[in-house]
Amino acid sequence: MAEPAELLTPDARPRILKMQEVDKSFTGNVVALRRMTMEVRQGDFISLLGPSGCGKSTALRLISGLMRPTLGRIDWDGGASSDDLGVVFQEPTLMPWATVEKNVYLPFKLRGKSFATVRDQVHEALDLVGLGGFEQRYPRELSGGMKMRVSIARAMVTNPRLILMDEPFAALDEITRQKLNDDLLALKAKINATVIFVTHSVFESVFLSDRILVMAARPGRVIREIAVPAPYPRGIEWRTSPEYARIARETSDTLQSTLAPGEAH
Amino acid sequence: MAVTESQPGASGPAFDADEERLARRKRTEEIAKYVLPLAVFALAIWYWDRLVVWNEIPHYILPSPGLVMETLWADRAILFSALLVTLKITALALIVAVIGGVGLAVLFAQSRFAEMSFSPFAVILQVTPIVSIAPLIFIYIESRLVGLLLCAWIVAFFPVLANTTLGLKSTDHNLKDLFKIYGASRWQRLIHLQLPSALPYFMGGLKIAGGLALIGAVVAEYVAGTGGIGSGLAFRILEAGYRLNIPRMFAALLLIAGTGVIIYAATSALSWLPLHRWHESALKRE
Repeated sequence: MAEPAELLTPDARPRILKMQEVDKSFTGNVVALRRMTMEVRQGDFISLLGPSGCGKSTALRLISGLMRPTLGRIDWDGGASSDDLGVVFQEPTLMPWATVEKNVYLPFKLRGKSFATVRDQVHEALDLVGLGGFEQRYPRELSGGMKMRVSIARAMVTNPRLILMDEPFAALDEITRQKLNDDLLALKAKINATVIFVTHSVFESVFLSDRILVMAARPGRVIREIAVPAPYPRGIEWRTSPEYARIARETSDTLQSTLAPGEAH
Repeated sequence: MAVTESQPGASGPAFDADEERLARRKRTEEIAKYVLPLAVFALAIWYWDRLVVWNEIPHYILPSPGLVMETLWADRAILFSALLVTLKITALALIVAVIGGVGLAVLFAQSRFAEMSFSPFAVILQVTPIVSIAPLIFIYIESRLVGLLLCAWIVAFFPVLANTTLGLKSTDHNLKDLFKIYGASRWQRLIHLQLPSALPYFMGGLKIAGGLALIGAVVAEYVAGTGGIGSGLAFRILEAGYRLNIPRMFAALLLIAGTGVIIYAATSALSWLPLHRWHESALKRE
């Protein structure tokens, strides 16, 4: 178990990634992201929060290497490789023809490791997300929440330095979503993962993260960074505390201020 | 009302009248699925037989079903060796169609430029009726077997190509991104992502191609027309027609239809095997 982050000064934790003045424009002069600067350190849980079109998914695609920045740079401390990343999309994105364990095995498989050598790791990851005993099932036999757990197990099975999550729970019902939020935090504490989490839910971002980057659209940019200093583990006490309500209010107000008058709902 | 509600403490689940009606209906449908087609088929054959007897139709115009079966048995030496020839061409054409169709589809999936360059040819080949190409083919190609094979292949390969191409393109784009992030090679992407995604589409194409290969083989034989040793069923039908041996025409026709049904059943079973664990098309709803 790692030491709680708040006991250390931020600089004491090893840095994983630094984004510096990153711009991304698409053809036709669409500026998807402007001047994004961000530092990610070991153990961070960072939320990118904003309306659609604010560039939060673009930011993830830039970090994952699926796109290159137009301007600026993204530097990985110690150099990036595919070992350093786990990804969870909005859909579970499982291979329907493969069993649960073979889906989780995928990152190893693409690196040429045989299943026998990593079987224990795969089963351990499935146990961690609460899916022990479902190894031989096919994705379509699982509920939406369970599929998402498989997806999370696949993202963390290689012990990546950074896990990117792109609105992973947006398509789930509220009850499943809360349960998965709780479990995600427990999981993060257990493996001391570093997470960048894209969401458009204020409450989700305040509940989960220790830092929220509030983003605005047209052009996509970060307008404010809000710290959430509550200690982990967080549970129902945090969700019902006055501090939680205060930060949620502050975040919500910041978000509202980014919208043009006509857009405010 | 006959509605029963589940009582606390009552043993076993209680069903209401609606549920029972639904269950009964489902059972009836399950039986009807097999009984109905068999009954209609039997009725049709019986009526055919009666039609011949009541109207005293001579057998060189319409033979009775009994006579067709008799002829099938009596001429079995000629007919089954002919069937074997047709089957051989059909099977070979189907195999070459699968290899060619899948190979070309993989090439198309790897290179957009290859697809742009060659897909018009594939379409032209497909939309031109085979009967009109076949005479040319038999002029240019010496070997009768190769000519027949080529005709059957032209007809059968397109559904394999079109379906597999569609399947290779239908991979989940998030999975594609994931493979990219994990640094998968082009080869890994093809083997572990695109080919499995394309499998249900390919199987759909195979089912169509199986029937078309048979049609292609028979049509080509009609055009090729030369007889003697090593002739297929189509030639036997032509020959029997010239001789007004209508019962044998029917017997040969029966063999071709039966072969078509068997090919369809075989390709359906073949597609069920790898898909039934995971694909929607092969799963029953609970």
